Amino acid sequence: MTDEMMEEGGKIKKFLYINRKAPHGTIYALESLEVVLISAAFEQDVSLAFIDDGVYEIVKGQDTKGAEIKNFSPTYRALEGYDIEKLYVEKESMDARGLTEKDLLVPVKVLTAKEMADLMESQDVVMSF
Amino acid sequence: MKLAVLVNEGPYTHQASDTAYLFTRAALEKGHEIFRVFFYHDGVNNGTRLTVPPQDDRNIVKRWTELAEKHKLDLVVCIAAAQRRGILDENEAKRQGKDANNIAPGFRISGLGQLIEAGIQADRLVTFGD
Repeated sequence: MTDEMMEEGGKIKKFLYINRKAPHGTIYALESLEVVLISAAFEQDVSLAFIDDGVYEIVKGQDTKGAEIKNFSPTYRALEGYDIEKLYVEKESMDARGLTEKDLLVPVKVLTAKEMADLMESQDVVMSF
Repeated sequence: MKLAVLVNEGPYTHQASDTAYLFTRAALEKGHEIFRVFFYHDGVNNGTRLTVPPQDDRNIVKRWTELAEKHKLDLVVCIAAAQRRGILDENEAKRQGKDANNIAPGFRISGLGQLIEAGIQADRLVTFGD
């Protein structure tokens, strides 16, 4: 691993969490967020990517009352407090769903599919949910 | 190579657990080290000893247990995901006031930190899921 650095005696790796699923309907988005929050405690270099229906996870104005399911979307806004600030969204996925950055809860960097592939290539650990 | 495996789906409904098992077994046969197998999402259901599949079918849970015994594998079930889905070991059953536990031999219940640690320590983390 060429990108590994040694700091305070521990390894720091680049972790990328890829979110591909809608926030509700399945539990993947919620449990993915739980992994992300835990990883913050390990002081790793963490990035999040939102592609396909995963872009819906960070859409503003989610209301889950009718479905009687917890609305965990405010948690994405709290990620900054855990020093998790690298959030990427795939342009093609947003376009296909008629979404723009203005529809999103948190500041993100928009990448093309090609740039997203480059981002994945640059990572040490990629987890896809 | 030092590998870690992440299993995100339960047994039988999805093939992911089968593929993860076959991958893990093949890697061990080739002389690779498996740092840890971590079970998350419905993957925690691979760790219940109460499954009773038909006799002419593969026994997915038992297969993991036997592989763990043979190779001293570390099979870890995520505690948060397990609690949602009713997978308990003796300690957790006691702590949560439940009258039984169902963790299969060779599995242990622990936190998500074990997954992050596996990502840090292994050369490759391989995910099996949908």
